[in-house]
Amino acid sequence: MIEFSNYDILRNLLFATQWTILLSLAAFIGGTTVALALTAMRLTRNPAMQRIVKIYVELFQGTPLLMQMFLCFFGLSMLGYEISAWSAAILSLTFFTSAFLVEIWRGCIDTLPKGQWEASRCLGLSFLQTLRHIILPQAIRVATAPTVGFSVQVIKGTALASVIGFVELTKVGTMLNNATFEPFKVFTLVALIYFLLCYPLSLYSKHLEKKFHVSR
Amino acid sequence: MLYFSDLLQYSDVFLSGLKTTVELTVLTTILGVVLGTVCATVRQYGNRASQRVVSVYVELIRNTPFIVQLFFIFFGLPAIGMMLSPWEASMIALTINLGAYSTEIIRAGLASISKGQIEAAKVLGLNFRQTLIRVIFTPAFEKIYPALTSQCIIVMLGSAVISQISVQDLTYAANLVQSRNFRAFESYLVTALLYLGLSILLRFAFNALGKRLFAYRTSN
Repeated sequence: MIEFSNYDILRNLLFATQWTILLSLAAFIGGTTVALALTAMRLTRNPAMQRIVKIYVELFQGTPLLMQMFLCFFGLSMLGYEISAWSAAILSLTFFTSAFLVEIWRGCIDTLPKGQWEASRCLGLSFLQTLRHIILPQAIRVATAPTVGFSVQVIKGTALASVIGFVELTKVGTMLNNATFEPFKVFTLVALIYFLLCYPLSLYSKHLEKKFHVSR
Repeated sequence: MLYFSDLLQYSDVFLSGLKTTVELTVLTTILGVVLGTVCATVRQYGNRASQRVVSVYVELIRNTPFIVQLFFIFFGLPAIGMMLSPWEASMIALTINLGAYSTEIIRAGLASISKGQIEAAKVLGLNFRQTLIRVIFTPAFEKIYPALTSQCIIVMLGSAVISQISVQDLTYAANLVQSRNFRAFESYLVTALLYLGLSILLRFAFNALGKRLFAYRTSN
C-alpha cells in the first residue's frame, strides 16, 4: 500500500486545481461567446428570436446543471456521438454560463433609459452605431461587476464535472479520500482551495460594484 | 431512436424520487430562510463580533461548491465523530447553503429600511414586536422576495447533487432507471423536464404566496 503524506495530498490537489482552472476558463469563454450571440439575438427586437432566447434561458436555468451534464455525457454517447468527459463538461457548462449571463446582461442593458435608443434614432444613427457608440460603452460598465461575480458560480459549477468522471479538484479529492481514509483533512483542503480561487473574484466583484456606484 | 415507452414501467421510481426532492426542498426552504433571517438580523443589527462570525460563514459557503460542502458534511464529519445518514447530511448541507445565500439577500432588504422609519414607529408607540414585524421585516421581505425565491429554486436544482451520496431523489431515480434499461438519454431528458416542471411550479407557488403575504398593499 502506498502511504500518502500531507505533502502528497496537497501536491495532488494542487495539480488537479490546474484542471479546475482550465475548465473554468474554457467554460467562461464559451459561455461569454454564446451569451454575446444570444444578447445580439435579443436586441434585434425580432419576436421569434426573442422567443428562442427566452426558451433557451428557461430550459437551462430551470434544470439542474448535473442533469445537463448527464444528458451531454451519457445521453449523447447513447445516441451514438462519442464524447469525452472534458467535452461534455465544457458543453454543459457553456450552456449553463450563457443562460445566466444573457439574463444578467439583459438587466444591465434594460437599466439604460429607452430614450437613448430613440434619441440615437432621431440623430440618424443606425442600429449597430447606436449599439457600438451609445449602448455598449455604458452597458459594459454596469455589467462588469455582476459578470465577475458570476465567474465564481462557473468555478463552483466545474465541481460537478467530477460526477461524470472528469478528473479535477473535487474528483481528486474523492480519490484521495478513498486512498487515505482521511475525509476531514482532504475535503477541508479541497474546500480551502476552492475558497482561495473564488474569494478574490468575489472581492473584486464587490470592489467593482462600489467603484461603479461612486462614479455614478 | 428514442424509446420513451421503456420508461413507463418505472414511473413509480420517478414518482418516489420526485417526492423525496419535493420534501427536501420544502423542508430546506423553510429552515434555510429562517436561518438566513436570523443571520441577516445579526449581521445588520448585532455587535461587531457576531457580525464578523456571520460574514465568515456567508463567505465560506458562497465561495465553495455545494458538492464539496456535501462531501465534507457526509464524509468529513463522521471522521470527527458525527455520524449522519445521507438524508440528514443532505438536509443540513442544503439548509446551510440556502442559509448563507439568503442571509446576503435578506440583509440587503434590512439595509433598505431607513433608521427614520424605526424611529417613527417608536414615536407612534409601536412596541418592539410590532416594529420588528410590521415596520422592518414585512417591507424588507417584500423588496427582496423575487431574489429570495429564485435562490430557493436554484437550491432545489442544486439538490440534484445529493444523489451522489445515495439519497434516493429524482436524479437517483434517473440513474437507477438508466442502469436498468440503458435508455440514458430518455431517462435524463424526462428527469430534466420533471425538474423544469418543478421549478415552474415552485415559481407559481411562490408568486401566489407572495400575493397573500404582501396583501396589505392592496387591502387598505
